[in-house]
Amino acid sequence: MRFDDEPITPGDPLPILPGHHSAGRFERLLRAGVFAITAELSPPDSANAEDVYARARIFDGYVDGINATDGSGANCHMSSAGVCALLTRVGYAPVMQISCRDRNRIAIQGDVLGAAAMGVNNLLCLTGDGVAVGDHPAAKPVFDLDAIALLGIVRTMREQARFASGRVLTTPPQVFLGSAANPFAPPFDFQVARLAKKARAGAEFVQTQYCFDVPLLERFMRQARDEGLAERLFILVGIGPLASARAAEWMRSHVPGVHIPDAVVDRLRRARGKGAAKAEGKRICIDILERVREIPGVCGVHFMAYRQEEAVAEIIDRSRALDGRIPWYPGRDARFAPASDSPTELQQEAWA
Amino acid sequence: MRVVRYWSVSHAGAMQRVYRALDRLFIRIDPLLRVVGYQRLEAPFAAVERVLKGWFFDCRMCGHCVLQSTGMSCPMNCPKQLRNGPCGGVRADGTCELDPGMRCVWVEAVRGAARLPGGERIEVIQVPLDHRLAGQSAWLAELRQRAAA
Ligand code: SF4
Repeated sequence: MRFDDEPITPGDPLPILPGHHSAGRFERLLRAGVFAITAELSPPDSANAEDVYARARIFDGYVDGINATDGSGANCHMSSAGVCALLTRVGYAPVMQISCRDRNRIAIQGDVLGAAAMGVNNLLCLTGDGVAVGDHPAAKPVFDLDAIALLGIVRTMREQARFASGRVLTTPPQVFLGSAANPFAPPFDFQVARLAKKARAGAEFVQTQYCFDVPLLERFMRQARDEGLAERLFILVGIGPLASARAAEWMRSHVPGVHIPDAVVDRLRRARGKGAAKAEGKRICIDILERVREIPGVCGVHFMAYRQEEAVAEIIDRSRALDGRIPWYPGRDARFAPASDSPTELQQEAWA
Repeated sequence: MRVVRYWSVSHAGAMQRVYRALDRLFIRIDPLLRVVGYQRLEAPFAAVERVLKGWFFDCRMCGHCVLQSTGMSCPMNCPKQLRNGPCGGVRADGTCELDPGMRCVWVEAVRGAARLPGGERIEVIQVPLDHRLAGQSAWLAELRQRAAA
């Protein structure tokens, strides 16, 4: 999809449309009703910008937004602000994750302003994993705010141009606000109430935890629709390929909040032979993608394919989740540069 | 103690009635409290509160009590001190992501709220905690506010 008001320099913002909050492509696509795809970029343990670009390029032409994680799993990596600064320079649409684990309200609000100034249009407000699960268990957990309080604060910054203290901002951050949801963990009946709280606090989109259990998601979505949340929020379902039965076992016992039904693990276990489990993992992911896409109220999917980033393109191709659309990436439009003044057929197809 | 804490949640309704009764009593003796001076009452109130609420709820004296909105399960026992609902890491058996020996305080809160008249208050959005209040009597602060109103 190509917008007719595309900026000439890729890093420049798009005009903010009426009723929109941000200058970003991601919000535009969702509001236009396009099935959107985002993916998580695993941040490098290095101070090299090229490492970030190399990881982003893997998704070129396949995703509408790139999540920059903020010390996910309480492990130390390049900061989400740093990754976003690099990504926005060349025009990518990052979703900057902000976790409440490591910073208090003073630091976080400062980061929100800095991020918006760098051209970050999407923020994902998270509580964050506890330090005990990560590589620095001796660190001091901050948790000055929780995700819901954080949403409220950023919305106040955006809409009332004020810090939480009441002090006035001269230019408010124009950001599209998101948060996470976990339909797959107890207390199940409260998960929708929690989602409603997030919507009331200011969330406009949510990305869910990994979905390996479609019936549970269906139940959650039904409740969300009954509460009118499906109209208020753009819901993207978290998915990702599993590499093997062992990886699945490890994940469900070590990664907080991940629920993988035995049936899925068994399916992986039955795949024998070199590469068979991996292929089966992709097939499971495609199945899930196709099924969640049919659920009313699901607006897109969010890939978390740690160490399997290369598989994302294949999964998207095989499931035809993009319907032939080519999401923007640096150089996309140059690749289809018209020889004459009128767009070529290929170009028209890509922009459609 | 966790056992007592779980018991209090199971008896959230009764706990709330005791709470309300105390509340009414204090409001009635507000003139007396004023004579003594709220400032002077801070230390003894905080001491009693620490012991009583500590016993029943494992209260951490955050100074801004939300027990009535959390089914009588004190959210400050959450290792992340979440006051607006559970994190995404609750284990399948309802125990805490960070402490498998403890029931998630929010799983408990949902259980308690179901037993509480006005349990829907669990849906109220709690503002970020004012960390200056730590150690102060939440009772007294609330009474003062209520008596002034
Ligand atoms: S599982 Fe429950 S108690 Fe543990 S950190 Fe999460 S919300 Fe807090």
